[in-house]
Amino acid sequence: MQRVLRVVLLACATVVSTAVAADVLGDAEAGKVVFDQCKGCHQVGDGAKNRIGPHLNELFGRPAAGIEGFKYSKSFRRAGASGLEWHADTLDAFLENPRSYASGTRMSFRGIKDAKDRQDVIAYLRLFSDDPANIPEADPTATATDHDLDPAILAIQGDPEYGEYLSSECTTCHQKDGGDDGIPSIVLWPEEDFVIAMHAYKNKQRQHPVMQMMAGRLNDEEIAALAAYFNRLEN
Amino acid sequence: MKMDRRAFLGKTALVTASLAAPAVLADGHGKPRVVVIGGGAGGATAARYIAKDSKGAIDVTLVEPTRRYYTCFFSNLYLGGFKDMEDLGHSYGGLAAGGVNVVHDWAIGVDRDARTVALAGGGSLPYDKLILSPGIDFVDGAVPGWDISAQNAMPHAYKAGSQTELLKAQLMAMPEGGTFAMVAPPNPYRCPPGPYERVSMVAHFLKANNPTAKIIVADPKPKFSKMALFQEGWANHYEGMIDWIGEDFGGGNVSVDPAAMTLTIDGEETKVDVCNVIPAMKAGRIAELAGVTDGNWAPVNAADMSSKADPDIHVLGDASQQGDMPKSGFSANSQAKVCANAVRGALTGSKVFPAKFSNTCWSLIDTNDGVKVGATYEATPEKIAKVDGFISQTGESADVRKATYEESEGWYTGITSDMFG
Ligand SMILES: Cc1cc2nc3c(=O)[nH]c(=O)nc-3n(C[C@H](O)[C@H](O)[C@H](O)COP(=O)(O)OP(=O)(O)OC[C@H]3O[C@@H](n4cnc5c(N)ncnc54)[C@H](O)[C@@H]3O)c2cc1C
Repeated sequence: MQRVLRVVLLACATVVSTAVAADVLGDAEAGKVVFDQCKGCHQVGDGAKNRIGPHLNELFGRPAAGIEGFKYSKSFRRAGASGLEWHADTLDAFLENPRSYASGTRMSFRGIKDAKDRQDVIAYLRLFSDDPANIPEADPTATATDHDLDPAILAIQGDPEYGEYLSSECTTCHQKDGGDDGIPSIVLWPEEDFVIAMHAYKNKQRQHPVMQMMAGRLNDEEIAALAAYFNRLEN
Repeated sequence: MKMDRRAFLGKTALVTASLAAPAVLADGHGKPRVVVIGGGAGGATAARYIAKDSKGAIDVTLVEPTRRYYTCFFSNLYLGGFKDMEDLGHSYGGLAAGGVNVVHDWAIGVDRDARTVALAGGGSLPYDKLILSPGIDFVDGAVPGWDISAQNAMPHAYKAGSQTELLKAQLMAMPEGGTFAMVAPPNPYRCPPGPYERVSMVAHFLKANNPTAKIIVADPKPKFSKMALFQEGWANHYEGMIDWIGEDFGGGNVSVDPAAMTLTIDGEETKVDVCNVIPAMKAGRIAELAGVTDGNWAPVNAADMSSKADPDIHVLGDASQQGDMPKSGFSANSQAKVCANAVRGALTGSKVFPAKFSNTCWSLIDTNDGVKVGATYEATPEKIAKVDGFISQTGESADVRKATYEESEGWYTGITSDMFG
């Protein structure tokens, strides 16, 4: 009996440890603290009202400039009219750098640089929108482990030397030493994440006009090469 | 992000592995035993898959009081005249032939220390793993004036069978120009689009048979699943017939008087001819008796649907509190397969695959006007989380809507044979 038990235990352990779990949007509890810096202008939760900024209940799935009666900037109204909606991905991009996302926004906020802080505050805000268990069409609460990128693209071995050559276009804006004031750092990223992010710009899933344009011109090998190069950069 | 995820997984892997340790194998009796309570979408599927995939290595007993299971899914189509009652009935013969020991009885108690289930007919069933899929019961006092003794005057028809037939008979007996009322349930409840599909089917019936009749819906919610699609459909097919009173207009402040056949919404009393009361819901009572509920539902771990209160009990379907999946037959069936895989792994050492869940809910608005909403889900350490989804669009062509309806018929055939063999 003892032996059987051990064998089975081992089998379970190995199987389970190779299993992947989906990424939840972030830690809502931590996000509640991050939200403190938003509270001066925005309310969320029971009885939340528009103040300096619009209330943030039922934010997910709401079109930009989507609350009737709130005075939005022109650039937000334009963005809403051209189809911008608030979901985890668009919120993430907006919060990272509000001004570069919607140049005329009246939200005078420098943005949240830390990706985890952004994920956490997004998870916190997600609590105040519909639960998919009740309204199945409500927004997701996690990101899938399988992004829809072709595994063949992810499998491409990038050539760092070619990447170095191509990188000069990137380092015009992104600092080679990993500095991130104003523009995010792109050095030392895991290659897979780099490739996924670049393809998301290329497919216009990630919002940013400049990055969409830059990534749009790069082919699969070139993206892999850049990923390999930036991953190996040492200061 | 990446690092976080890996570190996180490291931890969960350990926890899951220790939970998965099959202590039951050391118990010294013969074959491992699984008892399943409830032969519906969750329970029938789990029983069938464990028996089928373990090829006799596990003893599977299913406890279910009814000899024929009438599906709630498509029961609204019966009200609309698109299906016969007999189209919805399924026997347990296929499960018995597939090696499941089917016991037609009620489970009335669970002794978690002795690991036995007590039956109403006397006797008890020992188990190594217990699977609960008892569906729903109603919360006492949820709609003032209504209790289970009033279900003949004011049927819920939210468990299919005689209740559904009763509601149909009342619908057919409505006087010309009469009023059909529905009291819709608060979240969370079985089948989010169900009440609104029902309103559509009732309207379809009345349009053909009693076109001056009216439908009132008192709803405690400010909005509901597929709302834009239903409202578009109601305007297109049943203009002026349906009055939906949501939370903003007092739809949550209701009481009924079954003897006088009145419905009072926000202080205003209305005499009605049919009153379909769908009260707030909770897990089927046996889950509470087993001590695995917290509040109205039974919390479970997403990876294998095991109860948070007891690793040897799994809870499936409507009774479980798992996170983002709506309470649907599709969900229960999907959860049952994840659970069956995990239970078999724990009892026989067979390979356990990562949990993947999905759901699609189709609804029929009028003849050949079908819509759907669906999503995929994954297990996270906290819950079953939605990762992706789709929904029918307003303004779709008649061809698309017809194809959607035909798809739902295919699904019905598929899921019922997946449940009953
Ligand atoms: C009107 C309506 C329309 C719907 N339409 C759809 C649809 O289109 N698609 C969809 O996916 N879902 C639909 N659903 C939802 C679906 O029916 C349920 O979500 C599903 O049946 C849940 O499965 P379950 O196993 O949790 O419970 P059930 O299928 O209800 O099974 C529970 C079983 O347990 C038995 N039981 C209860 N207590 C005991 C006990 N103590 N001992 C022994 N047995 C017991 C009961 O007799 C019952 O057979 C609809 C529901 C309704 C009401």
